[in-house]
Amino acid sequence: MQLEEVLELSAERVPNKTALVCGDRRLTYLEVDRECARLAHALMASGVERGDRVAVYLDNSVEAVLSIFGILRAGAVFLVVNPTTKSEKLTYILNNCRARTLITHAKKLDLIRSCWEQTPHLESVVIAGGVPPPGRHGTKQVRSLEDFLAEHGPSDRSLAKRCIDIDLAALIYTSGSTGHPKGVMMTHLNMVTAARSITQYLENTSDDIILSALPLSFDYGLYQVIMGFLTGATIVLEPSFAYPQLIVNRLLSEHVTGFPLVPTMAAMLLQMKGLGPGRFPRLRYITNTAAALPPAHIERLRAMFPNTAIYSMYGLTECKRVAYLPPNQLTIRPTSVGKAIPNTEVYIVDERGERVGPGTVGELVVRGTHVMKGYWERPEETDRVLKPGPLPGERVLYTGDLFRMDADGYLYFVGRKDDIIKTRGEKVSPREVEAALYSLPEVKEAVVVGVSDPILGQAIKAVVVLAQDATLTERDVMRHCAARLEDFMVPKSVEFRSSLPKTSTGKISRRDLDIPVEAS
Amino acid sequence: MRPIEQELREFVINNFLFGQGGDGLSNDDSFLEKGIIDSTGVLELVAFLEEKFQITLQDEELVPANLDSINYLVGFLQRKLLTTP
Repeated sequence: MQLEEVLELSAERVPNKTALVCGDRRLTYLEVDRECARLAHALMASGVERGDRVAVYLDNSVEAVLSIFGILRAGAVFLVVNPTTKSEKLTYILNNCRARTLITHAKKLDLIRSCWEQTPHLESVVIAGGVPPPGRHGTKQVRSLEDFLAEHGPSDRSLAKRCIDIDLAALIYTSGSTGHPKGVMMTHLNMVTAARSITQYLENTSDDIILSALPLSFDYGLYQVIMGFLTGATIVLEPSFAYPQLIVNRLLSEHVTGFPLVPTMAAMLLQMKGLGPGRFPRLRYITNTAAALPPAHIERLRAMFPNTAIYSMYGLTECKRVAYLPPNQLTIRPTSVGKAIPNTEVYIVDERGERVGPGTVGELVVRGTHVMKGYWERPEETDRVLKPGPLPGERVLYTGDLFRMDADGYLYFVGRKDDIIKTRGEKVSPREVEAALYSLPEVKEAVVVGVSDPILGQAIKAVVVLAQDATLTERDVMRHCAARLEDFMVPKSVEFRSSLPKTSTGKISRRDLDIPVEAS
Repeated sequence: MRPIEQELREFVINNFLFGQGGDGLSNDDSFLEKGIIDSTGVLELVAFLEEKFQITLQDEELVPANLDSINYLVGFLQRKLLTTP
């Protein structure tokens, strides 16, 4: 099965059912399916070939969903770029995957223009949001989405399949340990497998109404749409969680049954003053992943949502999802992320790669059809995480996450093997933030760490040594970072020191920074 | 310039624009649309309002129509301060 078929099959089965709600727009499965087909025809007519990469740089919106499935139907590979990505990183990503076409919004036009000169592979820019067609710019064709679709006329012609299920469907960029993001290669088979497994344990049906305020650039957000379409459910897409009251109103007015969260969102809901228990009798389940919910928050969520099943889950972009805790285990093992999801095997290995028994800490290894094909054009980094598995030719995923298992086989997250920071549910490589810091000529040395934060999980803290005679304030540093990094990567605090501790080989030693784990 | 408006502009510029770019900030600009405030920034804004103006914001008041631009904030605070003893 190919990924776009999750939409096509539901459009045949439940054509008049509401598929997508976004702001005041409501689209049925038939409408979504037709619009995606139109976009696919237009993409193909514009020269997009099987396997070409097409980037989507849009906020959560109807156009973003149509783009993803239109790209798939054209036989191309989609990538969703976080809408708060700045010009430098956008340029890097577009060049890294040699994206041929970019679909974006009129309000991002200034930012897009700033990377035109540096993106030679990008041939075509399609702009949603109703601006007059800007025409040709150098070698690039720039068109409004309306014109792009109109040029190729209304199309009821069926589209011949161009791909098979072992072809790539998506690149999902994650923060890389080298300071540059890396594209996780996911095939149709990878993604359909993961979506099937998750909808199985969440017991999703076409009666579900799922509200997601997670960005589509984040696999957790992306899969809400895929899983919703797979089961013929309704997806209510919200562009932001900034105003939890609006989300609460929406949960009630749309009779939402499924509500995916990250711990920061849960903390924001729990901060609301008047949200008494039992307000959401229709809400069947809440999911949490990206980082663990503090046990105190689990208790308060249970009190606020007494009739709602709460699923603690664990996963990573490289295979989407690994484990989930059945809701009836939540009070028994509140700190566990449960057991492997359906059709997945997990085990824990020591430093020699030997499997270890209950109680011993080691690296978690994942086996299954959902394991990625590797990082786009990064064979060395791929080989570090994908290693030979039990069967010939098979590769299993070394997660870099340290776990232990209890006597009943339940998994407990212990820590990371590397220095990756988890903030607001997003993975941040300190190297990526440090690279931004080092691009300031006044910065002589810099190191970035995560410190505990009640809302963010971990807050990013930069520790900086200035060059001689240089003067910079905390705000200068934050402003510099905000112009280069996505919102969630910008340091929340900056500390200036006269020197940083070093290891015997002269590297900066995070361990010896002596930064209290708890934020002040 | 009205003092409340000045206070609010200063806070937004210092905290969300890191002290620069205030000239480009119009009083009608949507903080969310312009990417000035991210999802957790609203919490910082609310904490500032509650402390600075000695008020308590109710859940239903935490909506863009009250908080998402300088002008919305000024209007909201004026109404709120009138009804707060």
